[in-house]
Amino acid sequence: MNNLSFLRDPTAETEAVMRARRAPPASLDGLTLALFEIGKTRSDEFFDSVEKRMAERGIKTRRYAKPTNAKVAPQEVVDRVVAEADLVLIGLSD
Amino acid sequence: MAEKLEAKHSGATWLAARKIEHAATTDPVELCFERGWTDGLPVTPPTDERVIAMLKGTRRKPDETVGKIPPNLVDCTIEKVAINAVMAGCKPEYMPVLLAALEAALEPVFTLHGVLATTYFSSPIIIVNGPIAKRIGMNSGINALGQGNRANATIGRALNLIVRNVGGGRPGEADRATLGAPSKYTLCFAEDESDPAWQPLSAARGFAPGTSTVTLFQGHGPEAFVDQKSRTPEALTKSFAMSLVKIGHPKLVQSARAVVVLSPEHYAIYREAGWDRARIERALYEATIRPGAELVAGADGVGEGIPASRANEQVPKFHEDGLMVVRAGGAAGLFSAILPGWLAGRNRTELQPVTKEIRP
Repeated sequence: MNNLSFLRDPTAETEAVMRARRAPPASLDGLTLALFEIGKTRSDEFFDSVEKRMAERGIKTRRYAKPTNAKVAPQEVVDRVVAEADLVLIGLSD
Repeated sequence: MAEKLEAKHSGATWLAARKIEHAATTDPVELCFERGWTDGLPVTPPTDERVIAMLKGTRRKPDETVGKIPPNLVDCTIEKVAINAVMAGCKPEYMPVLLAALEAALEPVFTLHGVLATTYFSSPIIIVNGPIAKRIGMNSGINALGQGNRANATIGRALNLIVRNVGGGRPGEADRATLGAPSKYTLCFAEDESDPAWQPLSAARGFAPGTSTVTLFQGHGPEAFVDQKSRTPEALTKSFAMSLVKIGHPKLVQSARAVVVLSPEHYAIYREAGWDRARIERALYEATIRPGAELVAGADGVGEGIPASRANEQVPKFHEDGLMVVRAGGAAGLFSAILPGWLAGRNRTELQPVTKEIRP
């Protein structure tokens, strides 16, 4: 008698890769901070305020946005953030 | 018996999914729980015999790819759909409905990733039209939104299991729902097409009469609507509007869509007055337009609301295409149901219900 049975795997049969989180920089001096709006209401107000504060501290910022909060960011936008900024600040809420 | 023999002699070679071996003494239902493959309820273990039988419900090849399932955006084959359909408790003849539902969910305008990831209550709601609904024994009558019908229960469940198992969408991970809803297990029903005077949802969405379709809506529910005293379509419409404006919050507008599930007794009031689908939907839209002054943030001492700049506008609750009426329910009861949509519909062109034809 066979002692083993089997089922078929219902998953995508992929494995998650755990990556260590990058340590935050000790200082923002000389770095470019991406301000990333995800399309939620009043994101612009929040980032206007952050942008102003960063400018007062002499920190360079660049603005980015998703077209809608209902979908993931287009790859092209993600690629631009990676190419043009050192850090990213994402505003998640309404 | 044929599937049993096929599984014994060849299934193990032509099925592509990984085998998960277990001791014959292990309870396979418990194994599915341990592996994280279930929605919290027991599933039917996906044995070769059952998967082979399920694949006979479609003419499509097991290795054909249906699309990429969010959130992990991995390819999903017909075979993986069949495995999850087995687990959900589907019969093979449900496969064409499930596959059409999955294809509808994967249309970019359905925004399945967002529906899964949202903190809101929504999940895919499936509405089936056409002859296939009767053929596979779906319920559009008594308790249509409730328990007890295998096709209703398991087709909706299978779609959500595919998102969980193939896409990797799990609560607390990509699924960020604050509270969720019981409809995230399953909410799938057929429209009552017994009255030839009624235009089915599929026809209203551009499909020829007699076509079997699925319509997917991003929502939750149901919420109860009770009116046992209105006897004219005008009075009933005003009455519906009083409930419809409450979706999300009475002072929130032009974001969520809604499905109105019209019961036979409420429908009779419209039918006897000669109102058709288009007239009902238009009248409901107009009846939910309100003075902006009542809705602005701070009005009535309530912080929630629309910007003060809209105080002088007449403000609709919905977008003009934001309401879908569907007929279902048992013969007795002056109750209907509202299925509120996802609140993310501020940009209505980027977030829409999707209808697909069901093919063999």
